[in-house]
Amino acid sequence: MSESELVSALSAEEISEVESEISHLPDRQSAAIDALMIVQRHRGWVSDESLYALAQLLEMSSAELDSIATFYNLIFRQPVGRHVVMVCDSVSCYVMGADQLATKVQETLGIKFGETTKDGRFTLLPIVCLGACDRAPTIMIDKDLIGPVDDSSLQDVFAEYE
Amino acid sequence: MSTLDTKPLIGRVEEVGGRVAIADYESGGGYSGARRALTQMSPEEVIDLVKDAGLKGRGGAGFPTGMKWNFAKGEPLTPGPKYLVCNADEMEPGTFKDRYLMEYNPHILIEGMIIGAFAIQAEIAYIFLRGEYHDPYDQLIEAIGEATERGYLGTSVCGTDFNLDMRVHLSGGRYICGEETALLNALEGKRAQPRSKPPFPPASGAWGRPTIVNNVETFCNVPAILRNGSQWYQDLGLTEDAGTKLYGVSGRVNKPGLWELPMGTPIREIIDDHAGGMRNGFKLRGLLPGGASTDFLVEEHFDLAMDYATIQSAGSRMGTGTMILMDDSICPVDMCRNLEHFFAQESCGFCTPCREGIPWVESLLTDIENGKGQPGDLEILDQHAAYIGGPSNTFCLHAPGAMEPLQSALKYFREDFEQHIKLSRCPYKSRSETSVSID
Repeated sequence: MSESELVSALSAEEISEVESEISHLPDRQSAAIDALMIVQRHRGWVSDESLYALAQLLEMSSAELDSIATFYNLIFRQPVGRHVVMVCDSVSCYVMGADQLATKVQETLGIKFGETTKDGRFTLLPIVCLGACDRAPTIMIDKDLIGPVDDSSLQDVFAEYE
Repeated sequence: MSTLDTKPLIGRVEEVGGRVAIADYESGGGYSGARRALTQMSPEEVIDLVKDAGLKGRGGAGFPTGMKWNFAKGEPLTPGPKYLVCNADEMEPGTFKDRYLMEYNPHILIEGMIIGAFAIQAEIAYIFLRGEYHDPYDQLIEAIGEATERGYLGTSVCGTDFNLDMRVHLSGGRYICGEETALLNALEGKRAQPRSKPPFPPASGAWGRPTIVNNVETFCNVPAILRNGSQWYQDLGLTEDAGTKLYGVSGRVNKPGLWELPMGTPIREIIDDHAGGMRNGFKLRGLLPGGASTDFLVEEHFDLAMDYATIQSAGSRMGTGTMILMDDSICPVDMCRNLEHFFAQESCGFCTPCREGIPWVESLLTDIENGKGQPGDLEILDQHAAYIGGPSNTFCLHAPGAMEPLQSALKYFREDFEQHIKLSRCPYKSRSETSVSID
């Protein structure tokens, strides 16, 4: 990929944010996770084009960078909806009815875990313990932690997210 | 007696009635511990004081903090930086104490880290924060800004020649990042696979440099030790272990939550007096005392003191001190299936017993739960618990941790497992359906 293509795959803002992370670190590759998350903050996910451009910026192979990107569950290598809904399936929420809640969430959104609604509004994912076990069962929508979730109020909860 | 005398960790939160801003923190004596360490003490004296206080790591392992710091004291063997890292990757299922500390009392963490960094003479400190902790992230960034403005971070900390740069690394996810050396790989931008040990991080940690990693709550214990001394700290505990502890309870109790109590508070007192006892119609059958990777405790243990030695002598671990309750409506086999699903999913995949063994255990538990259990399955589970959980079969403690709840469940709830196989169904399934209609 040429220099100009690199610039077009990443915005000037993204490049400057990545460079700022690199400036605090002993080497460029150490910024790999930060860089992937910067791109995701701007674009919602990390496409192949973004990944190749980032690999070049970080002076590492794209295969190595992809092995990092796919290791971490909060880095998305596929497009996601406008809102990401994560339902905790760990033990404290399990005790408080997370399995039933998970069924209800899937019914309400009309999708299964790992899928996105046809209108591109919601992506549904399972998540491990959200660290709010006193409020079990919990879900997270984008940056919002919600719990305890009463499955009869799910429609109202989702209505907040256009 | 002020709240802070008995609740050094979150007493100020209760006094202020919410997030402790820097002015509130300072007016409650905040940052005076760091000032005392930096202006009146040598790094060795700080380490000795923390050692004398008997502070043990609050992340789960309970390793003496002063001793850990001692490993990284003095000049490094080769010129270059040392690092101090706060493990704020709180992902142990059932654990929600560090989130509370960072959201409501971020300055106590920063002060504890300043003291720790001075003790080991590290001038770069990282807070490794789990990616889903958006509110704690905002609070920490704000607090680091406030502390820098007041001269507690940056160059010439408290007017001395000590400099400290503190940064927050937001994680990309995965439970394994909480393992100390996996965390360091993640900090270096790599896949979070645990490293072979030795060398241990105090000798070779982040970027191959001497590194000390401590849990959030551990650091939060340090400022009051500097202010009030080691004897005061030891006297806070009810048993051999010193200080206070953030104990938590989740499950079917009336008031699930988190409380700062003297170390060694009995289990039953935490559940009955603080969590309000079990909800009407539910009976407590067992509990995981300190997260998903600790052995079950049952009725005979409920009067025990929650401290490191006592819980260990009962065959479990205090772990993070946030207990998960299993009431009589929960099927122990299905609960184990849920736990092993977590551990199978979160294995980093590097060591074979962990990568291959835990999914096998999960599928066996799923079969038993679904009425497809075979005679001999329990013996296979026993063997797996021993092999997968055996010492030194894997780089890290993920697999042994995964086997702790299983092996104890096989011991205490064996009849439940046997019933599933004998009846070819889960005896709880119909019962839980009935209990839903009663609700």
